[in-house]
Amino acid sequence: MRIRIEKRLEIPRYAGIVVPIISVAFALLIMGVILLVFFMGRLGNLSSAFRETFEAYKEMLTWPFANRYGLFSTFMRMVPLAFVALGLSFAYRMKIWNIGGEGQLYMGALASTWGALFLFKDVKSPLMMIVLLSIIGATAGAVWALIPALMKAFARTDEIVVTLMLNYVAIFWVDYLVYGPWKDPKGYGFPGTAPFPSQARLPSFFDDEFHIGIFIALAIALLLQYIYKKTGWGFNSQIVGDNLLAARYSGINVRNYTIIALVVSGAIAGLGGAVQMMGVQHRLQHGFSPGYGYTAIIVAWLAKLNPLAILLVSFLFGGLLVGNDQLQMFYKLPMALISVFQGLVLFCLLGGEAVFKYRLAIVKEVPESE
Amino acid sequence: MEDFPVLEMKHISKSFPGVVANDDISLQLKKGEVHALLGENGAGKTTLMNILFGIYHADRGEVFINNSKVSIASPSHALKHGIGMVQQHFTLVPSFTVAENVILGLKDFGFVIKTKTVESKIKELSEVYGLPVNPRARVWTLSVGERQRIEILKLLYTGASIIILDEPTAVLTPQESDTLFKAIRKLVSEGSSVIFISHKLDEVLSISDRITVLRGGKVVGTVERENIDRRGLIRMMVGRDVLLDQEKPVVETGRVILKIENLNVKNDKDLMSVRNLSLEVRSGEILGIAGVAGNGQRELAEAIYGLRKKVSGRIELDGHELKQGNVAERIRAGLSFIPQDRKTVATCPNLSVMSNLFMKNSICELVHCSPWKLDGRRMHSKADELIDEFSISTPSAKTEVRYLSGGNLQKVVLARELSAEPKVIIAEHPTRGLDIGAMEFVYKSLLLQKKRGAAILLLAGELYEIFRLSDRVAVIYEGQIMGYTPPYPSYIEEIGFMMAGTRQEDH
Repeated sequence: MRIRIEKRLEIPRYAGIVVPIISVAFALLIMGVILLVFFMGRLGNLSSAFRETFEAYKEMLTWPFANRYGLFSTFMRMVPLAFVALGLSFAYRMKIWNIGGEGQLYMGALASTWGALFLFKDVKSPLMMIVLLSIIGATAGAVWALIPALMKAFARTDEIVVTLMLNYVAIFWVDYLVYGPWKDPKGYGFPGTAPFPSQARLPSFFDDEFHIGIFIALAIALLLQYIYKKTGWGFNSQIVGDNLLAARYSGINVRNYTIIALVVSGAIAGLGGAVQMMGVQHRLQHGFSPGYGYTAIIVAWLAKLNPLAILLVSFLFGGLLVGNDQLQMFYKLPMALISVFQGLVLFCLLGGEAVFKYRLAIVKEVPESE
Repeated sequence: MEDFPVLEMKHISKSFPGVVANDDISLQLKKGEVHALLGENGAGKTTLMNILFGIYHADRGEVFINNSKVSIASPSHALKHGIGMVQQHFTLVPSFTVAENVILGLKDFGFVIKTKTVESKIKELSEVYGLPVNPRARVWTLSVGERQRIEILKLLYTGASIIILDEPTAVLTPQESDTLFKAIRKLVSEGSSVIFISHKLDEVLSISDRITVLRGGKVVGTVERENIDRRGLIRMMVGRDVLLDQEKPVVETGRVILKIENLNVKNDKDLMSVRNLSLEVRSGEILGIAGVAGNGQRELAEAIYGLRKKVSGRIELDGHELKQGNVAERIRAGLSFIPQDRKTVATCPNLSVMSNLFMKNSICELVHCSPWKLDGRRMHSKADELIDEFSISTPSAKTEVRYLSGGNLQKVVLARELSAEPKVIIAEHPTRGLDIGAMEFVYKSLLLQKKRGAAILLLAGELYEIFRLSDRVAVIYEGQIMGYTPPYPSYIEEIGFMMAGTRQEDH
């Protein structure tokens, strides 16, 4: 008898649920060992290190979902992830790899800040203000994505490289403004702009812990779901994604599809930036995103580009981020260890998916008659 | 010759998602025989041989070699048992020499490679079997036929005595096929056994000792060569008599629908490959373009369809000039295109049969619906209707087309291209790689379109196909039309001259 590895011909349906669960469990297991070593060093005693590790896990896994404050924080973290991931799904369906969600998010935030503090500062109606800031945020994200779109459509540059590089440009641009001309004079030298006026803030509830951004994300998810499943655009974008030659053969204007895919993708991420400003930050700050734009790539991918699944996955990832904050605060874990954990989770999720493409087959071997 | 089964496969079954590729197949191979495995595409020939060669694993069934049961887990395992296979796609390293490629296939070539010894042994083998090849030549400099010989020599070198050839003549010229057939004869006379996979009747009849016919994953029967003729084999393959020489319907040709004037088109290497070409096709007419592949046929078809930009010239569809490179406009104007590359151009492999049928729906509207609200239910029922009408064999309309066989894939393309009632159809090698049943289907469909009044431009390599379908034959050479003949085999010589570059008025 021998065991060999062979490729699965068909990925079973249950894989979409089972594989991520096993992968995350695997990541938790590896992290458990790391934490154990870490606590061992701190406490010098194996049994208390075990207890501490167990407690830390319990805290990390229950806090973000099992109580009011944790849940609100999870929602808050989820919103920007969901926006960017929804935007990315629009381009990824056509196999156009927009890695620039982070930059588009920053540009959306930057533009809405410009609107709130300078351009529309005389607008008094909150509804009017929110609509205007949303539009200007989405436009900024769209323009930021239009640059790689035009370069790809007309000069055949690689969108992965260009969108990625533009992230740094966007982040440095924001840094320049918040350290320089837009710096709040009353901000005690802190790198950030002045706060948004009250009419430029999203309605929020429960002592400002829950803002309505999540409903905007839900509306966009439903809209995208409809577009993907029910419209000619959704249908044709599948063709572009599967076979570019077949798309040209079908009379689809691939150049226009490329440009629109990236621009809409950027617009949704930019809107996410505006919502983040209006709902949570209320001022543009240095490094306001802990890499939402990058995590969103994983979110979109794990959700298989399905808009409703993106909401679910970004909720879970939001919870993961909150749980990590909790560990950092109450267990005094170094920031680096948190990054290690996030890396492990992603690694295991992607690895799990790759590994699941294969299966072990047991081959019965007859002894050879020589 | 002894009647000794060197190989026996018993009750082999293998399923893939949605298809039973092999269903309880048993096969016996005698020492020193050429055993042909004949069947339409998708009949399960290649799957069966991949099981024998250890690439796939059978769900059920047993394999015996020299009367002892074996289990073959991998190709290297198969080679150990003396089974070698030449696949349709060769596995050679182009930048290596012939000898180096042979060495690569050896299990133990030692620490210091004795290239000289290998070279002389290759020379010896190639002389014995009549497979001429220079062991020191680099593979990339060699023709397809020579590469195939290397594959066979590789197997002989490792001592394989059961040799599987998967559609070996598909890539060969007639002369190269002759050489191959001589080598096969030599091989079996030296005591090897050959399994010859093919869907071409004539070569099977000329080379084999016994023939096993597969259909739909099952064995129809095994017959001795001398006990069967062409017609009998066809009946076994398709389960019915195929009308190989159906009458062309008589259709009155109408006005000129497709008109091309002084067209010039460049190929991918930026060389002019269609030169000052003019032609006309009338409604109800099939114009067959004969020519050796690579004489501008592809560029001509792509330029008419708008996938390739023309350098100069005029393309008119029903009196209305077509703009540069606008495919959508052409589809709307009633131009259909059946490209040669079914898998890479005409279909999306990972999308469903239904999606592939409606690939052009936003323009040609097989099912009329608003682009803002597709009518899934009506599309689904229309898809089922087309699957029925074009007898596409697929588990359902939702099956991804990469699971379909070549013939069924082509039927998907035909269903889409022909049901839009096009005014002009460009058919580029519409039956390449198809089995007889599917070929007949393509012919019938095209003739039906002609009857309906479509103007059809047929670009094909096989003269048989051109005679079979066309009303007029044009011969293309280096991007120019050399002349026209009526579609009768008596003009073969004239067509041959023109295919080689002689103009009609020159002789």
